[in-house]
Amino acid sequence: MSEVIKNVACPYCGACCDDLVVTVENGKILEVQNACVIGTEIYHHASREGRVGSPRMRQPDGTYKDITYDEAIDYTARMLIKAKKPLIYGFGSTNCEGQAAAGRVAEEAGAVLDNCASICHGSSFLAIFDTGYPSCTLGEVKNRADVVIYWGSNAAHAHPRHMSRYGVFPRGFFTNKGHRGRKVITVDPRYTDTARCSDIFLQVKQGHDYDLFDAFRMVMRGYVDDVPEIVAGIPKEKILEVCDIIKMGRYVHIFFGMGLCHSDGRNHNVDIAINLVRDINEITKCTIMAMRGHYNIAGPGVVWSWQFGFPYCIDLSKGSHAHMNPGETSSVDLANRGEVDAFINIGTDAGAHFPIRSFEKLGSRVPMVTIDPSVNMAATVSDVHIPVAIVGVETGGICYRMDNVPIQYRAVVPPYNGILTDEELFNRILNRMLELKTEGIECDGKWEYAKPLPSLIPVKIEPEA
Amino acid sequence: MNALHLNMVTQRAVEEGEAMEAGKTTQKYFDVCTVIEMNADDIKAMEIPPNAIVKVTSECGEVIVKAIIARQTCPRGLCHMRQSVWANQVVPPRTQSTGEPQYSGFPVTVEPALDARIVPAVELVQKACNKWNGKLLWPM
Ligand code: SF4
Repeated sequence: MSEVIKNVACPYCGACCDDLVVTVENGKILEVQNACVIGTEIYHHASREGRVGSPRMRQPDGTYKDITYDEAIDYTARMLIKAKKPLIYGFGSTNCEGQAAAGRVAEEAGAVLDNCASICHGSSFLAIFDTGYPSCTLGEVKNRADVVIYWGSNAAHAHPRHMSRYGVFPRGFFTNKGHRGRKVITVDPRYTDTARCSDIFLQVKQGHDYDLFDAFRMVMRGYVDDVPEIVAGIPKEKILEVCDIIKMGRYVHIFFGMGLCHSDGRNHNVDIAINLVRDINEITKCTIMAMRGHYNIAGPGVVWSWQFGFPYCIDLSKGSHAHMNPGETSSVDLANRGEVDAFINIGTDAGAHFPIRSFEKLGSRVPMVTIDPSVNMAATVSDVHIPVAIVGVETGGICYRMDNVPIQYRAVVPPYNGILTDEELFNRILNRMLELKTEGIECDGKWEYAKPLPSLIPVKIEPEA
Repeated sequence: MNALHLNMVTQRAVEEGEAMEAGKTTQKYFDVCTVIEMNADDIKAMEIPPNAIVKVTSECGEVIVKAIIARQTCPRGLCHMRQSVWANQVVPPRTQSTGEPQYSGFPVTVEPALDARIVPAVELVQKACNKWNGKLLWPM
């Protein structure tokens, strides 16, 4: 007998679509409705053959052998105690319950606790600390915004249903004409599929967003005559045309993405974007929002700020207090400088998404545990791979959408092969650490896997122009 | 055949997202991510046909991929790789002290390498980490 489960939330991108309808039968997923192509794939992946059903340990010949959860938990707990500065990184793809449990483990281990925002919207955090965050919820965008700007963000690809649910097409309370009543502006160096859905496309010269924001600010503040004829590849009259649209808007909203955070300037690009919002607010209503990538990447920011006072790059190795300083305590920089001596990759894939020149310093030198439902690149070089239940498919929990609205996720099938959830796993790691400490195991930085290997390719960093 | 100096951005693509969820060891992930998207005129300037194999070199590494005409148009001088194991072979790890590597806006050289082999993801990562034992344990 098949069962239809409604209002299921999708565990992929920060849009957190919570209107999915999933049909299941005997613990298998038959059909997924309303999800985009990526969301659908997640649910089918969960039911596919070949999933990892038990923890595995890497053997000297490179093959993997199944081990029990107790053995895997013991290995991880010992590694965390012995290491002087372990790094626990990831968390984009798990629920807040798992993130909180990991926070307790990190505190006990004196670890550096970091999440994927570190390589994603981390610089947005820096700008927000400096400048503030005049934001709103996605509901307000849907119901009020009549001018929507996607800046350095390719929603059509990274958040496929974002435009239909919130940004471009939906009919809202004050926006009952849908996309016909909205002006959509995309700013990007490439003519993306998001640009194709827009009324106006500004092809900014790559890496020159700051200049363009500056020109917008000058117009908003009345220094029109001083704007050069071309700024960042955009003619002045085009800038003035867009500024007129913004000024005439009843409610302007800016979504910004990785185009700002990953290019030269990083946090400064976001900083000036927020300042532009401030200027526009002198004229009409304007808000701004970061296009957060993973479905719960806003979660650690909320959970850890509550636990430790900081959203990411949290160094707990001092034992007495938490310390945050991106550039010093951020995962990629720690890896670049070889400053950690154990690594847990959880709910992300540093193997695929760190620059390889950073990841190889971890993968070849330090003991490594990957906690993830599937075989990812980090798992293929980890000493231990521990599979866990997929949030939103096999276990529920709270996840924060990109606008920091908590969404209740739900399970639609039981965990494959009875595997643990992230929260259960971290709680058991913590208990095992406490047991081992009473047995006299202590931090000595010694661990059989922590031998540096020869023949590393050195990182060559050229001075920045 | 010529080499070109281009500005590279590496970002998400829906094809990559879908393939990633199917699995990073799958043929699908390999097929959609082992490409560099370029302007048609840039490909012409290299005097290679679209879909030819090229070598992409940056300040910190190199990778072999296929040069395709960009699905989402790139202006001349700009190229795009879908964020993936292959793109990250050439992404510079420098972070401007923010924790974020230079995923977008770094110089690369693209040159034809018609007979080169596109290396599977697992092999690339395991080799970089000194953990490659000569065979793929996860058949694609
Ligand atoms: S847009 Fe994002 S949250 Fe919505 S179904 Fe697609 S992947 Fe899932």
